[in-house]
Amino acid sequence: MKPRVAVHKFASCDGCQLAFLNAGEDLLTISTLVELVHFAEAGPVDPDARVDIAFIEGSITTPHDIDRIQRIRKNCKYLVTIGACATAGGLQALRNYANAEQWVPEIYAQPEYIQSLDTSTPIRDHVDVDFELWGCPISTQQLLVVLRDMLSNIKPHIRQEKVCMECKRNQNICVMVTQGSPCMGPVTQAGCGAICPGVGRDCYACFGPSENANTTALANRFEGFGFLPQDIIRRFRFINNNATVYKAEAEKWSAKND
Amino acid sequence: MTSNVNFLAKAGLQTLIDNLVSLGYECIGPQVRDHAIVYDVITNIADLPVGIIDIQSPGQYRLEQTGDKNYFRWNNGPQAIKPLVFKPEEPIWSCQKSPDGNLRFEKNMISVKKRAVIGVRACDIAALFLQDKHFLHDHNKDEYYRDRRQELLLIAANCTKSAATCFCNSTGDGPRAHYGYDISLTELADGLLVHTLSEQGENVIKELELRTASQEELAEADSLINEAAEQQRSLPSHNLKDMLFSKLKDARWQQIAERCLSCGNCTSVCPTCFCHSENEKPAMNGEVSQHTRQWDSCFSQEHSYIHGITIRSETQYRYRQWLTHKFGSWHDQYGRCGCVGCGRCISWCPVGIDVTEELNAFANGA
Repeated sequence: MKPRVAVHKFASCDGCQLAFLNAGEDLLTISTLVELVHFAEAGPVDPDARVDIAFIEGSITTPHDIDRIQRIRKNCKYLVTIGACATAGGLQALRNYANAEQWVPEIYAQPEYIQSLDTSTPIRDHVDVDFELWGCPISTQQLLVVLRDMLSNIKPHIRQEKVCMECKRNQNICVMVTQGSPCMGPVTQAGCGAICPGVGRDCYACFGPSENANTTALANRFEGFGFLPQDIIRRFRFINNNATVYKAEAEKWSAKND
Repeated sequence: MTSNVNFLAKAGLQTLIDNLVSLGYECIGPQVRDHAIVYDVITNIADLPVGIIDIQSPGQYRLEQTGDKNYFRWNNGPQAIKPLVFKPEEPIWSCQKSPDGNLRFEKNMISVKKRAVIGVRACDIAALFLQDKHFLHDHNKDEYYRDRRQELLLIAANCTKSAATCFCNSTGDGPRAHYGYDISLTELADGLLVHTLSEQGENVIKELELRTASQEELAEADSLINEAAEQQRSLPSHNLKDMLFSKLKDARWQQIAERCLSCGNCTSVCPTCFCHSENEKPAMNGEVSQHTRQWDSCFSQEHSYIHGITIRSETQYRYRQWLTHKFGSWHDQYGRCGCVGCGRCISWCPVGIDVTEELNAFANGA
């Protein structure tokens, strides 16, 4: 029997699920190797099906999400998060710094219909996660590696080296050294192909923290370039603002700013 | 460079390039791209960095247009020869499952072009010779490196200026190229001095409009190169092995680790660093897998990962590994220090850690 796979969505933009749909010929191969039992964006809908692998996109932002992720966990053998939202809470985790009681009525005419948590949190905060794939959006290439490795019954192998390694292998010219740009590459996980420095702009950390990220040394360097504490806070409080090491670094500069 | 040194007018460089092309070489030369000097295919001298100089300091690299007519007054960019012979990433072999269940391995074959590289520096040649020692061991020659290496024709440019980050005078590898090139150029105000060390080089220049260089021109070249040898940075001594290995528990390693990003930029731009990792790229159907190798670094976690354990999990041990290997155990391995004084690791370190400053601090017990 073919392994059964589900792709679930929580609070997210749907972009990471597109990594499956953009896989081209490999998508056809995948369809012969596994049974896609739930993948609303692609067609099949069966949210409570028992599966071997559940891929989760999106963060937990409502009470209903909490119930749903518990049910999914019970119904799957392996649970894999895909993307910044599911893995770190996403851009929407910026709400964790705001006062929900105050802003909800400011935005919605009838706030009583909004049933939202005060926070946006990663899947790991609610259930056990077997593997986390970073990126905003994730790379199709890395997704295929994860799926292939799991089908081969081995632990997925995704390098957590810095973007700089990929950047240099691509023979890009360092934007930090030549232009004094506040590039997050030295503290960000590779996997994107160093796209931004490749077109002359600074990395904004959409792949989340690399292994052994020295955020303090990097932030100090940004300060040396002339950036103010609020600029530095924004570098760390972006797509992966809720990732532990970025969050801690932003808090340090926030304290300096007060 | 005393006898058979010739003088070539600057416009003659175009003829040099044309000769190389007609002899079947792909001509690689310095040019400005994305705010730096890079080496790429060149067909016209107008693409050379005319009037450009590089201003380098720890963690900083800027180009400036001086308006003069010099083609080789800059020092270096992030890379020179290394990526031409040791590819940043390349497939080595592939593996396919046969119908009988056995695995069939197939070597990746490469076709290599004849290449001429214009404007290589003395330090880059020294670095290439170090890479030769690593990749061309008697019984373990790396075929990919060897095939590309033997098709390389090197046209050196002696340095007539040093960047603030240069210290080749201290390692003994520059600023004048003494060996390893086919042709060398020394740029004067009004022309170039040309010297050859090989038959291939001789063959390339034989149709150029050359005349024997005058004593004044030779003296001008010496004076420019001597000026370039006046450098701001230096190593404490040629062999730092005993000194470094006596400092393995020094508190300074941790102090460096507080500044170091362990990003691997230093090792990627280092012209002698040769570490790589090998990876499988399985096809989705699980029937075929491509085995590739790619530049790696002693600053990455996986470099010291052995069977479930990362030996050097902390940055201080990674930096120590780099320094004690490059300046210490390299002497046992390859008979000399692994550094050629190009200064790239200083300029291209995003936080400006200066290897000469650290080595001097260790040597002085600071």
